[in-house]
Amino acid sequence: MAISFTLNGKPETVDVSPDMPLLWVLRDVLNMTGTKFGCGMALCGACTVHINGEATRSCITQISTVSGKKVTTIEGLSADGTHPVQKAWIEEDVPQCGYCQSGQIMSAVALLSKKPKPTDADIDDFMSGNICRCGTYQRIRKAIHRAAGAPAEKA
Amino acid sequence: MATNLSAEPQILDRRAFLKTSAAGGAALLIGFHLPARASDPAQEQEKPPVNPLNAWVRITPDNHVTLILAKSEMGQGIMTALPMILAEELCLDWKQVSIEQAPTNPKIYDHGTGGSGSVGGSWLPLRQAGAAAREMLIAAAAKKWEVGTDTCRAQNGYVLHGHPERSYTYGELVADAALLPIPNLKEVPLKNSRDFTIIGHATHRVDTAAKATGTAIYGIDARPAGLLYAVIARCPVFYGKVASFDATKAKAVPGVRDVFQIETSGRGASTTGGVAVIADNSWAATQGRKALEVKWDEGPAANESSVELRKQFVANAAAKPGQVIRNEGDADAALAAATNKVEAFYELPFAAHVCMEPMNCTIHIQSDSAEAWVPTQAPQWAQAVIAEAAKLPPEKVIVHTTQMGGGFGRRYQADFVMEAAQVAKSLGKSVMVVWTREDDMKHDFYRPASYHKCQGAMDDAGNLAAWKHFQTSTSIAAKWGAKGEENNGQGEFGTGATVPYLSPNLRIEYTLAHSSAPRAWWRSVEHSSSGFVVESFVDELAAAVGEDALKFRLKLLGDPRKLPQFGEGPDAPPLDTARLRAVLQLAADKSGWGAPLPDREGRGIACFFSFDTYTAAVAEVAVKSRELKVKRLVCTVDCGRVVNPNGVRAQVESAAIYALTATLKDAITVEGGRIVQSNFNDYHMLRMNEAPPIEVHLVASEEKPTGIGEPTVPVIAPALCNAIFNATRTRKQDIRIRRLPIRPEDLA
Repeated sequence: MAISFTLNGKPETVDVSPDMPLLWVLRDVLNMTGTKFGCGMALCGACTVHINGEATRSCITQISTVSGKKVTTIEGLSADGTHPVQKAWIEEDVPQCGYCQSGQIMSAVALLSKKPKPTDADIDDFMSGNICRCGTYQRIRKAIHRAAGAPAEKA
Repeated sequence: MATNLSAEPQILDRRAFLKTSAAGGAALLIGFHLPARASDPAQEQEKPPVNPLNAWVRITPDNHVTLILAKSEMGQGIMTALPMILAEELCLDWKQVSIEQAPTNPKIYDHGTGGSGSVGGSWLPLRQAGAAAREMLIAAAAKKWEVGTDTCRAQNGYVLHGHPERSYTYGELVADAALLPIPNLKEVPLKNSRDFTIIGHATHRVDTAAKATGTAIYGIDARPAGLLYAVIARCPVFYGKVASFDATKAKAVPGVRDVFQIETSGRGASTTGGVAVIADNSWAATQGRKALEVKWDEGPAANESSVELRKQFVANAAAKPGQVIRNEGDADAALAAATNKVEAFYELPFAAHVCMEPMNCTIHIQSDSAEAWVPTQAPQWAQAVIAEAAKLPPEKVIVHTTQMGGGFGRRYQADFVMEAAQVAKSLGKSVMVVWTREDDMKHDFYRPASYHKCQGAMDDAGNLAAWKHFQTSTSIAAKWGAKGEENNGQGEFGTGATVPYLSPNLRIEYTLAHSSAPRAWWRSVEHSSSGFVVESFVDELAAAVGEDALKFRLKLLGDPRKLPQFGEGPDAPPLDTARLRAVLQLAADKSGWGAPLPDREGRGIACFFSFDTYTAAVAEVAVKSRELKVKRLVCTVDCGRVVNPNGVRAQVESAAIYALTATLKDAITVEGGRIVQSNFNDYHMLRMNEAPPIEVHLVASEEKPTGIGEPTVPVIAPALCNAIFNATRTRKQDIRIRRLPIRPEDLA
């Protein structure tokens, strides 16, 4: 079944089973591998993308529900890796293995679009859906504050 | 020396592993599939010299410098730290260099990445390689200028000479330099550490931009032309087998191309076997597997459970005696004679690695060659098992080591490589075997479950009169060792058998408990258990004599002593109690040890020596009814000379969170011969809202660099549990946590 949507600002049409999750369409059909598979149950956040601006777990989002919508992935966040959140991530040396970080960054961008100056509690609330097995939470927190242009509350 | 590769494990003893590494030279952590003599220095000398201007550094005529490193990057920052060492001796401008993953070639490189040994084991070889390349470049310049090499010097990618100064870039020299004789690595001059401009300076990781933009390529991101995707239906019961299967429904799923059985490989790779479902994409493959009908022959392990295992543990601890691992003086007599004695039992469960990137492996096997993309800590082993499955010589197997979404020891195994090779061999096309989270969690090689009985006697002066530690566990050696279950349990204690606390009588015993659950190395391995047990029990002894936990430890550490690591050879550096005291005292100082805290809050302290590194931690907690809040962790480390302080701090933070998850979250349990837990809904990970602030303090040192990826893990659980005790001391009933993970009812 042909399904059309906007992917990182450009029109995209795929012909796949309508129940196929967006994650696998991105990764295995379009070979856009920046979005990661972690659990398949929306438990870890590694697959986080934006759909119409909302942070969404692509591993449980059937492609049929994406029809006509705007999807942004880590590849579409900035043309050259200079989105303020990406810059903050680089400055704070956040990633270790880095596997969860596409999802962390997409969640952080969504948080900052809702709350440009988040508190530590805001960060806890919004970012607790994203697991980092390397334990970079402290640096993620600092990087979000940095991207928000605010001095870190504490870290 | 690594030409003798075999897919069969020959030494599966963790200490042999580390000894191989400590033996220096190039024989780093590839221990378990190399024969013991691989570390024989005589053999090392027979190895033909490798041209460093080919193997380790590539310089183009336009002066672009690429450093080539052979360790696997799993998040630990090794592909930043190792090039820093090389660049230092090469006198390069750090901003000038690019980093490249070495091709898999064990004749030149030591790929195996584990045991927190990469920096320590590579320190001298990489310095020597860099210095040799530098001297060759200097010699080439001196020849061009017709001056003595001693009048030339290297700096920032140039060789300089004379007044007024003249210079060549390395690029202008490399063609000549590469043809010069290779200096004797044992005699090549190394830089004075006072002149270091890169080593010891906090440096950004080299891979952060790629990881912040989604362009870093992990194993699961390999996309060779024509790639197919596979998942494997594995028997849920340990060592169970396929009885029969019907693929009719699976093959009816759109996108499914093929379904076939693969056999168990009981050899080194230790795969389960099963039924492979091949499809156009990962989703179709998993849908096909859901539709597949398989009858399993579950075999005898189907009766096993964690409940039964615990009964074994308790029975083993009650039966006397265990196998004597270490015995000094007469601990039993001292215990019998003592009036002040403490006895405590500790328990730790199986633990899963849970790399964020589930296991996967991509292979294309053709008639005369093979190519593979493998997220592996052991590329040389991956190459060997693919060669075995493909019936090709190893040099015909190209293995690309990819970025890894975590490793923690899991990716030192070759099971996921072997089964992918079996699938690729049958298929004859590029194929990725991808594991779902459930596959990954249920078919791991788990940290052993263990049960400990500790007994201590105190004399009238509050000194330790006897220390006795009995352990029963599902040992790693029993799963992998050459002698199987006859292997002794010494490896299960690690440095837990090198007790730094003064005691005239010391006895350590072990009894094996039987289990079919696969076990192997989990971040910090046996030290994760030993650290918890030893440092919890010392705390109990301090409380029994009414002494402060810090003062008591300092007293029992006594005057500076250097203790040989028990059971290790002469190459293992001794435990220096002065260095252990120093990290302990530093943690106390930085945490405000002894300063008052509000009611129901407390601090706990612990220290440990593992991977030749000294660590300590102070945890600060609040305990209210059944709620525990970890408010702060202060971690201190002495890992010898620090190559990249930024990387070391990151590893301490990481190890602390990894250990907190194991302390606060779930156990891996067995029922009906299978793992109960399946995903993050029943095996939880610590999350952002639970992550305490972590302070890291490093001890400045001129000693040789030692491990950093793992050694903070062992101190976190005991520091935390000791803090819970101190937070609840004012209650009628204080709380001693002796079983991990901590359950809410333990805090009541």
